[in-house]
Amino acid sequence: MADRPLKVLIAKPGLDGHDRGAKVLARGLRDEGFEVVYTGLRQTPEMVVTAALQEDVDVVGLSILSGAHMTLVPRITALMRERGLHDVLVTVGGIIPDDDVAELRAQGVAGVFGPGTTIREVADFLRANATPRGA
Amino acid sequence: MTADAADRATALADAARAGDRRSLARLLTAVENHTPLAEAALRRLYPEAGSAHLVGITGPPGAGKSTLVAALIARLREDGRSVAVVAVDPSSPITGGALLGDRVRMQAYASDDGVFIRSMASRGHAGGLSSTSAAAAAVLDAAGFDVVLLETVGTGQSEVEVAAAADTTVVLEAPEMGDEVQAIKAGLLEVADIVVVNKGDRPGAQRTAAQLRAMLVPSVGRGDADPSRRAPKRPEVIVTTAISGEGIPELIALLDRRRADGSSAEAARVARATAQVDGIVAQRIRDRLAEGTGGGATGAVYEAVARHELDPYEAADRLLALLGDGGVREA
Repeated sequence: MADRPLKVLIAKPGLDGHDRGAKVLARGLRDEGFEVVYTGLRQTPEMVVTAALQEDVDVVGLSILSGAHMTLVPRITALMRERGLHDVLVTVGGIIPDDDVAELRAQGVAGVFGPGTTIREVADFLRANATPRGA
Repeated sequence: MTADAADRATALADAARAGDRRSLARLLTAVENHTPLAEAALRRLYPEAGSAHLVGITGPPGAGKSTLVAALIARLREDGRSVAVVAVDPSSPITGGALLGDRVRMQAYASDDGVFIRSMASRGHAGGLSSTSAAAAAVLDAAGFDVVLLETVGTGQSEVEVAAAADTTVVLEAPEMGDEVQAIKAGLLEVADIVVVNKGDRPGAQRTAAQLRAMLVPSVGRGDADPSRRAPKRPEVIVTTAISGEGIPELIALLDRRRADGSSAEAARVARATAQVDGIVAQRIRDRLAEGTGGGATGAVYEAVARHELDPYEAADRLLALLGDGGVREA
């Protein structure tokens, strides 16, 4: 159905406790008309992927400020492929050095958003790139 | 619907029944979106449903519904029972967006294969649930979960719809949320099978429970109760501290006792079936008015009512006449 809102999982994998950005984004995407599932802090890759599967989301947005993105993100994208979530868009936000962006893209990340990104930019990117569930 | 779509519905329904979680999740999305595939799948699954215990959890925002659901999941899993959760949060009336935050309290159980949690936005539906929550619960029931917990949006005094969607309705209250007059007002407390005073570690919890027990007794004595008159339920009142798990085994024992008491469960089932069928009838009528008449004739009727040239009752009769065959025949 064309007018169904996009469903986005906002997850914070790993151990950093900085969830203000994730909450602001979750709230901002709500105001942009998305259905946002927020899972809270300290999620394992397994928890993130299971939530994405059960919720049948169109987008998984990962917020990572711990520096562990090169460990966490490949595990999550690999697990998503293993569970058949091939068509779910993955984006990463947080403190991601430019040098890591290419490798994250190679791991299946569609968009990387650093400090200074506006909510509108994220919303426009998701609308342009996510495929809504058809079933 | 094409034969291909019907085949896909059958395949998805059968895979969901067989335990494929991805298919189950996809099916729930189809149900949420009212697709033809969902209807075909529900037709197939409905006869398989009916063995789960559907428990509605409702109460004001912040009373602890999600925390209570998490505590129930923990305990039910210890007993070896599988649990599905449908957790509804409100959609924005302005943008249509929603923040679905109930999983935050339940994520500890996300990776357990005997647990399935699904968040749903209310999508403009009033009453505490989304318009598809009951259908989603039926799908999870057919998928073989022992218990299906239906968590409503934070409710106020009159969002009683969950009582029609569940076998057993649990209404949560937090301590010190109002005096005895609040407890004797009509509405939410009337549909409770079990009233839970949560946050039992807070001062006033026992007093709140005592007030509720005193106020929720039947207004007529048992001896002179007229069985033909509809009487409000007489709920059990229990105190829990969901965050520590205190009172949860007792709550589950109450739920199981309710479940075993067939008479009340039967009434809930008939109420649920009535609400479901009536809802579909209303939707079908709207669909047929929108499609069959091309919208032109109906639009003219609405405009005539807006101009006060036609009264709304006459307008409704005209629209029903447009549906054609008219009159109710024997089914």
